[in-house]
Amino acid sequence: MAWVFIEETETGPAAVGLEILTKARELGSPTVIYFGAGSEAAFATLGDYGATEVFHLVPAEGSTGIAAATAAMADLATEHNPDVILFGQTYTDRDVAGRLSARMGKTIISNGIDVAVDGGVGVTTELFGGAQLVTTMFEGEGPHLVLLRPKSFPAEPAGGAAPTVTAVPLPDPGHAGAARVVGNFIEESQGPKLEEAAVIIAGGRGLGSAEAFGLIEQLAAPLKAATGATRAIVDAGWVPYSKQVGQTGKTVKPDVYIACGISGAMQHLVGMKDSKMIIAINKDEEAPIFGVADLGIVGDVHQVLPKLIEALENR
Amino acid sequence: MKIAVCVKQIPDPASPYELDPTTYNLIRPNEQVLDDTDRYGVEVGLQIAGDTDGTVTLVSMGPSGNLNGIRQALAMGADGAILVDDEALKGSDSLTTAKILAAAIAPESFDIVIAGTESTDGYSGILPQQLAELLGVPALTYAKKIDVDGSTVRINRQTATGFDTIEAPTPVLVSVTAGVVEPRYPTFKGIMDAKKKPVDTKTAGDLGVDIQVDQRIVMVVPAPSRSGGQVIVDEGDGHEKIVAMLEQAKVI
Repeated sequence: MAWVFIEETETGPAAVGLEILTKARELGSPTVIYFGAGSEAAFATLGDYGATEVFHLVPAEGSTGIAAATAAMADLATEHNPDVILFGQTYTDRDVAGRLSARMGKTIISNGIDVAVDGGVGVTTELFGGAQLVTTMFEGEGPHLVLLRPKSFPAEPAGGAAPTVTAVPLPDPGHAGAARVVGNFIEESQGPKLEEAAVIIAGGRGLGSAEAFGLIEQLAAPLKAATGATRAIVDAGWVPYSKQVGQTGKTVKPDVYIACGISGAMQHLVGMKDSKMIIAINKDEEAPIFGVADLGIVGDVHQVLPKLIEALENR
Repeated sequence: MKIAVCVKQIPDPASPYELDPTTYNLIRPNEQVLDDTDRYGVEVGLQIAGDTDGTVTLVSMGPSGNLNGIRQALAMGADGAILVDDEALKGSDSLTTAKILAAAIAPESFDIVIAGTESTDGYSGILPQQLAELLGVPALTYAKKIDVDGSTVRINRQTATGFDTIEAPTPVLVSVTAGVVEPRYPTFKGIMDAKKKPVDTKTAGDLGVDIQVDQRIVMVVPAPSRSGGQVIVDEGDGHEKIVAMLEQAKVI
Protein backbone atom coordinates (compact mmCIF):
# COMPACT_ATOMS: atom_id res chain seq x y z
CA MET A 1 0.00 0.00 0.00
CA ALA A 2 1.52 3.29 -1.13
CA TRP A 3 0.60 6.72 0.15
CA VAL A 4 1.45 9.89 -1.72
CA PHE A 5 1.61 13.27 0.02
CA ILE A 6 0.43 16.03 -2.33
CA GLU A 7 0.44 19.73 -1.57
CA GLU A 8 -2.11 22.05 -3.13
CA THR A 9 -0.56 24.88 -5.19
CA GLU A 10 -2.16 27.92 -6.84
CA THR A 11 -3.05 25.72 -9.81
CA GLY A 12 -4.32 22.65 -7.96
CA PRO A 13 -2.44 19.50 -6.95
CA ALA A 14 1.36 20.05 -7.18
CA ALA A 15 2.80 18.80 -10.48
CA VAL A 16 5.40 16.66 -8.71
CA GLY A 17 2.59 15.04 -6.72
CA LEU A 18 0.86 13.91 -9.91
CA GLU A 19 4.16 12.55 -11.24
CA ILE A 20 4.63 10.49 -8.09
CA LEU A 21 0.98 9.42 -8.06
CA THR A 22 1.45 8.11 -11.62
CA LYS A 23 4.40 6.06 -10.39
CA ALA A 24 2.52 4.91 -7.27
CA ARG A 25 -0.12 3.21 -9.46
CA GLU A 26 2.52 0.54 -10.14
CA LEU A 27 2.75 -0.12 -6.41
CA GLY A 28 -0.97 -0.77 -5.88
CA SER A 29 -4.05 1.43 -5.58
CA PRO A 30 -2.58 4.61 -4.11
CA THR A 31 -3.96 6.73 -1.31
CA VAL A 32 -3.31 10.46 -1.39
CA ILE A 33 -2.74 12.68 1.63
CA TYR A 34 -3.91 16.02 0.23
CA PHE A 35 -2.69 19.15 2.02
CA GLY A 36 -4.59 22.35 1.19
CA ALA A 37 -8.04 23.89 0.89
CA GLY A 38 -9.14 21.29 -1.69
CA SER A 39 -11.97 21.37 -4.24
CA GLU A 40 -14.12 19.00 -6.28
CA ALA A 41 -11.87 19.73 -9.27
CA ALA A 42 -8.71 18.94 -7.28
CA PHE A 43 -10.12 15.63 -6.02
CA ALA A 44 -11.30 14.74 -9.54
CA THR A 45 -7.74 15.33 -10.77
CA LEU A 46 -6.34 13.06 -8.06
CA GLY A 47 -8.84 10.38 -9.10
CA ASP A 48 -7.93 10.84 -12.75
CA TYR A 49 -4.27 10.17 -11.88
CA GLY A 50 -5.13 7.01 -9.97
CA ALA A 51 -5.98 7.91 -6.38
CA THR A 52 -8.73 5.67 -5.00
CA GLU A 53 -8.79 7.23 -1.56
CA VAL A 54 -7.91 10.72 -0.32
CA PHE A 55 -7.26 11.86 3.23
CA HIS A 56 -7.80 15.60 3.18
CA LEU A 57 -5.84 17.82 5.59
CA VAL A 58 -6.74 21.52 5.73
CA PRO A 59 -4.32 23.90 7.51
CA ALA A 60 -6.00 26.18 10.06
CA GLU A 61 -6.50 29.80 9.00
CA GLY A 62 -3.19 31.71 9.34
CA SER A 63 -1.15 28.65 10.32
CA THR A 64 1.48 27.02 8.11
CA GLY A 65 -0.20 23.79 9.21
CA ILE A 66 3.03 21.81 8.89
CA ALA A 67 3.34 20.47 12.44
CA ALA A 68 -0.41 19.80 12.69
CA ALA A 69 -0.48 17.94 9.37
CA THR A 70 2.49 15.90 10.53
CA ALA A 71 0.73 14.90 13.74
CA ALA A 72 -2.41 13.92 11.82
CA MET A 73 -0.40 11.89 9.31
CA ALA A 74 1.47 10.04 12.04
CA ASP A 75 -1.87 9.00 13.56
CA LEU A 76 -3.26 7.94 10.17
CA ALA A 77 -0.12 5.99 9.31
CA THR A 78 -0.16 4.19 12.65
CA GLU A 79 -3.79 3.21 12.04
CA HIS A 80 -3.48 2.14 8.39
CA ASN A 81 0.18 1.06 8.27
CA PRO A 82 1.08 1.84 4.63
CA ASP A 83 4.26 0.25 3.22
CA VAL A 84 5.61 3.52 1.86
CA ILE A 85 4.80 7.22 2.06
CA LEU A 86 6.09 9.13 -0.94
CA PHE A 87 6.83 12.87 -1.02
CA GLY A 88 8.29 15.28 -3.59
CA GLN A 89 11.69 16.86 -2.99
CA THR A 90 10.05 20.28 -2.53
CA TYR A 91 9.86 22.83 0.28
CA THR A 92 6.60 21.89 1.97
CA ASP A 93 7.00 18.17 1.33
CA ARG A 94 10.44 18.27 2.96
CA ASP A 95 8.98 20.13 5.95
CA VAL A 96 6.26 17.54 6.50
CA ALA A 97 8.40 14.48 5.69
CA GLY A 98 11.21 15.57 8.00
CA ARG A 99 8.89 16.17 10.93
CA LEU A 100 7.02 12.91 10.25
CA SER A 101 10.29 10.96 10.19
CA ALA A 102 11.25 12.29 13.61
CA ARG A 103 7.75 11.89 15.04
CA MET A 104 7.45 8.26 13.94
CA GLY A 105 11.13 7.39 14.43
CA LYS A 106 11.42 6.28 10.81
CA THR A 107 14.45 6.83 8.62
CA ILE A 108 13.96 8.66 5.36
CA ILE A 109 15.60 8.44 1.95
CA SER A 110 15.95 11.75 0.12
CA ASN A 111 16.57 12.69 -3.49
CA GLY A 112 15.14 9.48 -4.91
CA ILE A 113 14.73 9.22 -8.68
CA ASP A 114 13.04 5.81 -8.59
CA VAL A 115 11.36 3.54 -6.06
CA ALA A 116 10.59 -0.17 -6.21
CA VAL A 117 8.66 -2.47 -3.90
CA ASP A 118 10.04 -5.91 -4.58
CA GLY A 119 10.89 -8.04 -1.57
CA GLY A 120 11.52 -4.80 0.31
CA VAL A 121 11.45 -1.15 -0.55
CA GLY A 122 14.40 0.11 -2.58
CA VAL A 123 15.16 3.65 -3.69
CA THR A 124 17.51 4.80 -6.44
CA THR A 125 19.50 7.98 -5.92
CA GLU A 126 22.25 9.67 -7.88
CA LEU A 127 25.76 10.21 -6.59
CA PHE A 128 28.54 12.46 -7.79
CA GLY A 129 26.27 14.56 -9.95
CA GLY A 130 24.61 11.56 -11.54
CA ALA A 131 27.76 9.64 -12.48
CA GLN A 132 26.71 6.72 -10.29
CA LEU A 133 23.37 5.22 -9.34
CA VAL A 134 22.90 4.05 -5.77
CA THR A 135 20.26 1.59 -4.59
CA THR A 136 19.35 1.85 -0.92
CA MET A 137 17.04 -0.62 0.81
CA PHE A 138 14.98 0.10 3.91
CA GLU A 139 15.37 -2.17 6.90
CA GLY A 140 12.97 -2.62 9.77
CA GLU A 141 9.26 -1.95 9.86
CA GLY A 142 7.42 0.51 7.59
CA PRO A 143 6.04 2.88 6.77
CA HIS A 144 9.12 3.79 4.77
CA LEU A 145 9.48 7.48 3.93
CA VAL A 146 10.83 8.52 0.54
CA LEU A 147 11.42 11.93 -1.04
CA LEU A 148 11.46 11.82 -4.85
CA ARG A 149 12.94 14.48 -7.10
CA PRO A 150 10.62 16.37 -9.45
CA LYS A 151 10.60 15.16 -13.09
CA SER A 152 11.60 11.64 -12.08
CA PHE A 153 8.42 10.24 -13.66
CA PRO A 154 6.05 11.50 -16.34
CA ALA A 155 2.59 12.51 -15.04
CA GLU A 156 -0.02 10.50 -16.96
CA PRO A 157 -3.75 10.49 -16.21
CA ALA A 158 -5.38 7.06 -16.04
CA GLY A 159 -9.01 8.15 -16.31
CA GLY A 160 -9.82 7.02 -12.78
CA ALA A 161 -13.11 7.85 -11.07
CA ALA A 162 -13.50 10.41 -8.29
CA PRO A 163 -11.85 9.06 -5.13
CA THR A 164 -13.36 8.61 -1.69
CA VAL A 165 -12.44 11.74 0.25
CA THR A 166 -12.16 11.71 4.05
CA ALA A 167 -11.67 15.02 5.84
CA VAL A 168 -9.17 14.55 8.66
CA PRO A 169 -9.29 16.99 11.58
CA LEU A 170 -5.88 18.38 12.50
CA PRO A 171 -4.79 18.07 16.14
CA ASP A 172 -3.27 21.03 18.01
CA PRO A 173 0.47 20.32 18.10
CA GLY A 174 1.14 22.97 20.78
CA HIS A 175 4.24 25.18 20.51
CA ALA A 176 5.62 23.13 17.58
CA GLY A 177 2.63 24.35 15.56
CA ALA A 178 3.10 28.04 16.40
CA ALA A 179 4.44 29.09 12.95
CA ARG A 180 2.01 31.51 11.33
CA VAL A 181 1.77 32.90 7.81
CA VAL A 182 1.57 36.71 7.88
CA GLY A 183 2.12 37.55 4.21
CA ASN A 184 3.14 36.30 0.82
CA PHE A 185 4.84 37.63 -2.27
CA ILE A 186 4.77 36.25 -5.81
CA GLU A 187 7.77 37.18 -7.94
CA GLU A 188 6.75 38.58 -11.30
CA SER A 189 7.88 36.19 -13.99
CA GLN A 190 7.47 36.65 -17.67
CA GLY A 191 7.38 34.06 -20.41
CA PRO A 192 7.10 30.29 -20.01
CA LYS A 193 7.78 28.51 -16.72
CA LEU A 194 11.16 26.80 -16.31
CA GLU A 195 9.59 23.41 -15.61
CA GLU A 196 7.39 23.56 -18.70
CA ALA A 197 9.45 25.35 -21.36
CA ALA A 198 10.60 23.49 -24.47
CA VAL A 199 13.71 25.65 -24.61
CA ILE A 200 15.74 27.00 -21.68
CA ILE A 201 18.52 29.58 -21.88
CA ALA A 202 20.62 29.53 -18.72
CA GLY A 203 23.44 31.76 -17.55
CA GLY A 204 26.32 31.31 -15.13
CA ARG A 205 29.22 33.21 -13.69
CA GLY A 206 30.89 33.37 -17.10
CA LEU A 207 28.45 36.17 -17.97
CA GLY A 208 30.64 38.37 -15.78
CA SER A 209 27.96 40.65 -14.37
CA ALA A 210 24.30 40.85 -13.40
CA GLU A 211 23.68 43.21 -16.32
CA ALA A 212 24.91 40.59 -18.80
CA PHE A 213 21.96 38.38 -17.84
CA GLY A 214 20.11 40.71 -20.22
CA LEU A 215 21.77 38.74 -23.05
CA ILE A 216 20.10 35.58 -21.75
CA GLU A 217 16.72 37.31 -21.75
CA GLN A 218 17.29 38.70 -25.25
CA LEU A 219 18.12 35.25 -26.58
CA ALA A 220 15.10 33.75 -24.82
CA ALA A 221 12.63 36.11 -26.50
CA PRO A 222 12.80 34.87 -30.14
CA LEU A 223 12.93 31.23 -28.95
CA LYS A 224 9.99 31.68 -26.52
CA ALA A 225 12.34 30.15 -23.99
CA ALA A 226 12.44 30.25 -20.19
CA THR A 227 15.54 31.65 -18.51
CA GLY A 228 17.54 29.74 -15.90
CA ALA A 229 20.60 30.29 -13.77
CA THR A 230 23.29 28.54 -11.75
CA ARG A 231 23.44 28.60 -7.98
CA ALA A 232 26.55 30.79 -8.18
CA ILE A 233 24.77 33.73 -9.79
CA VAL A 234 21.65 33.28 -7.66
CA ASP A 235 23.79 33.40 -4.51
CA ALA A 236 25.52 36.45 -5.96
CA GLY A 237 22.12 38.11 -6.17
CA TRP A 238 22.12 38.59 -9.98
CA VAL A 239 18.79 36.77 -10.48
CA PRO A 240 16.06 35.46 -8.15
CA TYR A 241 16.20 31.96 -6.71
CA SER A 242 13.13 30.94 -8.72
CA LYS A 243 15.45 30.71 -11.75
CA GLN A 244 17.95 28.35 -10.13
CA VAL A 245 18.50 25.05 -11.94
CA GLY A 246 20.31 22.26 -10.12
CA GLN A 247 20.47 20.12 -7.05
CA THR A 248 19.09 22.78 -4.74
CA GLY A 249 17.01 24.42 -7.45
CA LYS A 250 14.74 23.11 -10.17
CA THR A 251 15.11 19.95 -12.20
CA VAL A 252 14.39 20.53 -15.89
CA LYS A 253 14.17 18.35 -18.99
CA PRO A 254 13.53 20.66 -21.95
CA ASP A 255 14.00 19.79 -25.62
CA VAL A 256 16.92 22.20 -25.80
CA TYR A 257 19.06 23.64 -22.98
CA ILE A 258 21.54 26.36 -23.89
CA ALA A 259 24.14 26.84 -21.14
CA CYS A 260 25.91 30.19 -21.40
CA GLY A 261 29.01 30.84 -19.33
CA ILE A 262 28.25 27.79 -17.18
CA SER A 263 31.18 25.57 -16.23
CA GLY A 264 29.03 22.57 -15.28
CA ALA A 265 29.44 22.05 -11.54
CA MET A 266 27.80 18.82 -10.34
CA GLN A 267 25.27 20.91 -8.42
CA HIS A 268 24.09 22.30 -11.77
CA LEU A 269 24.44 19.18 -13.94
CA VAL A 270 22.07 17.20 -11.70
CA GLY A 271 19.27 19.58 -12.58
CA MET A 272 19.65 19.68 -16.37
CA LYS A 273 21.68 16.74 -17.70
CA ASP A 274 18.56 14.89 -18.86
CA SER A 275 17.62 17.64 -21.32
CA LYS A 276 17.09 16.19 -24.81
CA MET A 277 19.69 18.46 -26.41
CA ILE A 278 22.36 20.48 -24.61
CA ILE A 279 24.28 23.33 -26.22
CA ALA A 280 27.06 24.97 -24.22
CA ILE A 281 29.08 28.13 -24.71
CA ASN A 282 32.07 28.56 -22.42
CA LYS A 283 35.52 30.10 -22.64
CA ASP A 284 37.25 27.20 -20.89
CA GLU A 285 37.60 24.18 -23.16
CA GLU A 286 38.15 21.99 -20.07
CA ALA A 287 34.76 22.96 -18.58
CA PRO A 288 32.80 19.84 -17.47
CA ILE A 289 29.68 21.15 -19.22
CA PHE A 290 31.25 20.08 -22.54
CA GLY A 291 31.17 16.49 -21.28
CA VAL A 292 27.38 16.45 -21.53
CA ALA A 293 26.87 18.91 -24.39
CA ASP A 294 25.72 17.76 -27.84
CA LEU A 295 27.31 20.92 -29.19
CA GLY A 296 30.00 22.82 -27.34
CA ILE A 297 31.24 26.20 -28.46
CA VAL A 298 34.56 27.21 -26.90
CA GLY A 299 34.21 30.95 -26.94
CA ASP A 300 33.19 34.12 -25.16
CA VAL A 301 29.47 34.47 -24.50
CA HIS A 302 29.84 38.20 -25.12
CA GLN A 303 30.98 37.43 -28.68
CA VAL A 304 28.72 34.50 -29.52
CA LEU A 305 25.40 35.56 -27.95
CA PRO A 306 24.94 38.95 -29.69
CA LYS A 307 25.50 37.27 -33.09
CA LEU A 308 23.14 34.43 -32.20
CA ILE A 309 20.45 36.86 -31.03
CA GLU A 310 20.78 38.86 -34.23
CA ALA A 311 20.62 35.74 -36.41
CA LEU A 312 17.44 34.55 -34.68
CA GLU A 313 15.77 37.95 -34.68
CA ASN A 314 16.36 38.23 -38.43
CA ARG A 315 14.72 34.94 -39.27
CA MET B 1 19.22 35.57 22.79
CA LYS B 2 20.96 32.27 23.29
CA ILE B 3 21.62 30.90 19.83
CA ALA B 4 22.77 27.50 18.59
CA VAL B 5 24.08 27.12 15.04
CA CYS B 6 24.31 23.63 13.58
CA VAL B 7 27.41 23.23 11.47
CA LYS B 8 28.95 20.32 9.62
CA GLN B 9 32.55 19.49 8.91
CA ILE B 10 32.77 17.92 5.47
CA PRO B 11 35.57 16.54 3.32
CA ASP B 12 37.18 19.36 1.41
CA PRO B 13 35.05 19.55 -1.77
CA ALA B 14 38.27 20.29 -3.64
CA SER B 15 39.62 16.81 -2.79
CA PRO B 16 38.37 13.74 -4.66
CA TYR B 17 35.56 11.74 -3.03
CA GLU B 18 35.59 7.95 -2.84
CA LEU B 19 33.24 5.26 -1.65
CA ASP B 20 34.30 2.38 0.53
CA PRO B 21 33.80 -0.59 -1.84
CA THR B 22 32.18 -2.80 0.82
CA THR B 23 30.26 -0.48 3.14
CA TYR B 24 29.61 2.22 0.51
CA ASN B 25 30.31 4.81 3.19
CA LEU B 26 32.03 7.94 2.02
CA ILE B 27 35.77 7.68 2.66
CA ARG B 28 36.49 10.98 4.33
CA PRO B 29 39.88 12.54 3.90
CA ASN B 30 41.41 13.64 7.20
CA GLU B 31 41.39 17.17 5.95
CA GLN B 32 37.90 18.42 6.78
CA VAL B 33 36.52 21.90 6.34
CA LEU B 34 33.46 23.86 7.39
CA ASP B 35 30.63 23.22 4.92
CA ASP B 36 30.63 26.46 2.96
CA THR B 37 26.85 26.81 3.21
CA ASP B 38 27.10 26.80 7.03
CA ARG B 39 28.89 30.16 6.95
CA TYR B 40 25.49 31.75 6.25
CA GLY B 41 23.94 30.27 9.38
CA VAL B 42 26.93 31.29 11.49
CA GLU B 43 26.68 34.85 10.14
CA VAL B 44 22.93 35.03 10.86
CA GLY B 45 23.58 33.77 14.40
CA LEU B 46 26.34 36.32 14.97
CA GLN B 47 24.17 39.17 13.71
CA ILE B 48 21.22 38.24 15.95
CA ALA B 49 23.55 37.73 18.93
CA GLY B 50 25.09 41.15 18.20
CA ASP B 51 21.69 42.85 18.17
CA THR B 52 20.40 41.10 21.30
CA ASP B 53 23.55 40.90 23.43
CA GLY B 54 23.42 37.14 22.97
CA THR B 55 25.75 34.20 22.47
CA VAL B 56 26.40 31.76 19.63
CA THR B 57 27.23 28.12 20.31
CA LEU B 58 28.12 25.82 17.43
CA VAL B 59 26.71 22.31 17.53
CA SER B 60 28.17 19.63 15.29
CA MET B 61 28.25 15.89 14.83
CA GLY B 62 31.27 13.88 13.57
CA PRO B 63 32.79 11.42 13.04
CA SER B 64 35.75 13.60 12.30
CA GLY B 65 38.58 13.40 14.79
CA ASN B 66 39.52 16.96 14.00
CA LEU B 67 38.29 20.45 14.59
CA ASN B 68 39.39 22.33 11.46
CA GLY B 69 35.88 23.22 10.33
CA ILE B 70 34.71 24.08 13.85
CA ARG B 71 37.71 26.39 14.28
CA GLN B 72 36.80 28.15 11.02
CA ALA B 73 33.34 28.94 12.43
CA LEU B 74 34.75 29.93 15.83
CA ALA B 75 37.14 32.28 14.01
CA MET B 76 34.13 34.08 12.54
CA GLY B 77 33.13 34.94 16.11
CA ALA B 78 31.08 32.10 17.64
CA ASP B 79 31.59 31.77 21.39
CA GLY B 80 32.06 28.03 21.75
CA ALA B 81 31.14 24.64 20.34
CA ILE B 82 29.68 21.27 21.20
CA LEU B 83 31.04 18.46 19.00
CA VAL B 84 29.63 14.95 19.14
CA ASP B 85 32.51 12.91 17.76
CA ASP B 86 32.02 9.17 17.70
CA GLU B 87 33.34 6.48 15.32
CA ALA B 88 30.00 4.67 15.74
CA LEU B 89 28.31 7.53 13.87
CA LYS B 90 29.95 6.55 10.56
CA GLY B 91 27.29 6.01 7.91
CA SER B 92 24.49 7.34 10.11
CA ASP B 93 21.33 8.70 8.52
CA SER B 94 19.80 12.14 8.96
CA LEU B 95 17.40 10.93 11.69
CA THR B 96 20.30 9.66 13.80
CA THR B 97 22.11 12.94 13.23
CA ALA B 98 18.99 14.84 14.28
CA LYS B 99 18.65 12.73 17.44
CA ILE B 100 22.27 13.41 18.35
CA LEU B 101 21.95 17.15 17.73
CA ALA B 102 18.64 17.30 19.62
CA ALA B 103 20.19 15.50 22.61
CA ALA B 104 23.08 17.97 22.61
CA ILE B 105 20.85 21.03 22.15
CA ALA B 106 17.84 20.25 24.38
CA PRO B 107 19.53 20.64 27.81
CA GLU B 108 20.95 24.06 26.84
CA SER B 109 17.59 25.87 26.42
CA PHE B 110 18.48 27.84 23.31
CA ASP B 111 16.10 30.56 22.08
CA ILE B 112 16.96 30.08 18.39
CA VAL B 113 18.49 27.06 16.66
CA ILE B 114 19.88 27.82 13.20
CA ALA B 115 20.76 25.31 10.48
CA GLY B 116 21.47 25.38 6.76
CA THR B 117 18.77 23.98 4.48
CA GLU B 118 20.97 21.09 3.35
CA SER B 119 24.62 20.08 3.55
CA THR B 120 26.87 20.15 0.53
CA ASP B 121 27.94 16.50 0.84
CA GLY B 122 24.79 14.67 2.00
CA TYR B 123 22.09 17.15 0.90
CA SER B 124 19.20 15.09 2.28
CA GLY B 125 17.52 18.42 3.07
CA ILE B 126 15.33 17.29 5.97
CA LEU B 127 17.55 17.48 9.03
CA PRO B 128 16.32 20.90 10.27
CA GLN B 129 12.71 19.69 10.21
CA GLN B 130 13.58 16.43 12.00
CA LEU B 131 15.47 18.42 14.62
CA ALA B 132 12.56 20.85 15.13
CA GLU B 133 10.13 17.98 15.69
CA LEU B 134 12.45 16.30 18.20
CA LEU B 135 12.89 19.60 20.07
CA GLY B 136 9.14 20.28 19.96
CA VAL B 137 9.60 23.72 18.39
CA PRO B 138 8.21 25.41 15.26
CA ALA B 139 10.46 25.44 12.18
CA LEU B 140 10.83 28.54 10.03
CA THR B 141 12.41 27.01 6.96
CA TYR B 142 14.26 28.17 3.81
CA ALA B 143 14.75 31.68 5.23
CA LYS B 144 16.01 34.27 2.78
CA LYS B 145 15.53 37.14 5.26
CA ILE B 146 15.28 37.11 9.07
CA ASP B 147 14.05 39.65 11.62
CA VAL B 148 13.93 39.27 15.38
CA ASP B 149 11.33 41.42 17.14
CA GLY B 150 11.31 40.81 20.89
CA SER B 151 10.63 37.10 21.25
CA THR B 152 9.13 36.78 17.76
CA VAL B 153 11.23 35.57 14.84
CA ARG B 154 9.96 36.47 11.39
CA ILE B 155 11.39 35.21 8.10
CA ASN B 156 10.76 35.30 4.39
CA ARG B 157 10.36 31.63 3.45
CA GLN B 158 11.46 30.75 -0.07
CA THR B 159 8.65 29.26 -2.18
CA ALA B 160 8.57 28.02 -5.76
CA THR B 161 7.00 31.29 -6.91
CA GLY B 162 8.36 33.90 -4.48
CA PHE B 163 8.22 33.90 -0.70
CA ASP B 164 5.87 33.70 2.30
CA THR B 165 6.43 35.79 5.40
CA ILE B 166 6.04 33.54 8.42
CA GLU B 167 6.71 34.01 12.12
CA ALA B 168 6.83 32.13 15.40
CA PRO B 169 7.69 32.85 19.02
CA THR B 170 10.92 31.48 20.50
CA PRO B 171 12.13 28.84 21.08
CA VAL B 172 12.25 28.26 17.35
CA LEU B 173 14.36 26.61 14.66
CA VAL B 174 15.33 28.57 11.54
CA SER B 175 16.85 27.02 8.41
CA VAL B 176 18.66 29.51 6.19
CA THR B 177 19.35 29.50 2.46
CA ALA B 178 22.71 30.44 1.02
CA GLY B 179 22.69 34.09 0.07
CA VAL B 180 20.57 35.17 3.08
CA VAL B 181 23.44 37.31 4.37
CA GLU B 182 27.04 38.05 3.36
CA PRO B 183 29.20 35.91 5.68
CA ARG B 184 32.09 37.75 7.30
CA TYR B 185 35.67 36.64 6.83
CA PRO B 186 37.58 35.72 9.98
CA THR B 187 40.04 38.37 11.14
CA PHE B 188 43.55 37.46 12.20
CA LYS B 189 42.51 38.10 15.81
CA GLY B 190 39.47 35.90 15.27
CA ILE B 191 41.65 33.05 14.03
CA MET B 192 43.98 33.39 17.03
CA ASP B 193 41.08 33.61 19.51
CA ALA B 194 39.38 30.55 17.97
CA LYS B 195 42.21 28.35 19.22
CA LYS B 196 41.36 29.23 22.82
CA LYS B 197 37.58 28.96 22.64
CA PRO B 198 35.88 26.08 24.48
CA VAL B 199 34.94 22.97 22.47
CA ASP B 200 32.92 20.45 24.46
CA THR B 201 33.48 17.02 22.87
CA LYS B 202 30.99 14.25 23.60
CA THR B 203 30.15 10.75 22.36
CA ALA B 204 26.76 9.31 21.38
CA GLY B 205 26.88 7.30 24.62
CA ASP B 206 27.34 10.48 26.69
CA LEU B 207 24.07 11.73 25.20
CA GLY B 208 22.25 8.45 25.69
CA VAL B 209 21.36 8.11 22.00
CA ASP B 210 21.04 4.63 20.51
CA ILE B 211 22.42 4.47 17.01
CA GLN B 212 20.01 2.60 14.77
CA VAL B 213 20.12 3.12 11.01
CA ASP B 214 17.27 1.52 9.06
CA GLN B 215 18.64 1.97 5.57
CA ARG B 216 21.47 0.25 3.78
CA ILE B 217 23.11 0.83 0.41
CA VAL B 218 23.02 -2.45 -1.49
CA MET B 219 24.31 -1.48 -4.91
CA VAL B 220 26.27 1.26 -6.65
CA VAL B 221 26.59 1.15 -10.43
CA PRO B 222 27.85 3.65 -12.97
CA ALA B 223 24.99 5.59 -14.55
CA PRO B 224 24.50 5.22 -18.29
CA SER B 225 26.64 8.16 -19.26
CA ARG B 226 25.66 10.83 -21.65
CA SER B 227 28.46 11.17 -24.10
CA GLY B 228 29.61 14.61 -25.07
CA GLY B 229 29.12 15.63 -28.68
CA GLN B 230 31.01 17.98 -30.89
CA VAL B 231 33.14 20.69 -29.26
CA ILE B 232 34.40 23.43 -31.54
CA VAL B 233 36.36 26.60 -30.98
CA ASP B 234 34.45 29.73 -31.94
CA GLU B 235 36.06 31.48 -34.87
CA GLY B 236 33.29 33.98 -35.35
CA ASP B 237 30.86 31.39 -36.70
CA GLY B 238 29.85 29.62 -33.46
CA HIS B 239 26.37 31.11 -33.65
CA GLU B 240 25.79 29.51 -37.06
CA LYS B 241 26.49 26.06 -35.62
CA ILE B 242 23.99 26.77 -32.84
CA VAL B 243 21.31 27.89 -35.31
CA ALA B 244 21.83 24.66 -37.26
CA MET B 245 21.37 22.62 -34.07
CA LEU B 246 18.20 24.53 -33.18
CA GLU B 247 16.83 23.76 -36.65
CA GLN B 248 17.68 20.10 -36.15
CA ALA B 249 15.79 20.14 -32.83
CA LYS B 250 12.85 21.79 -34.64
CA VAL B 251 12.54 24.58 -32.10
CA ILE B 252 12.94 27.26 -34.79
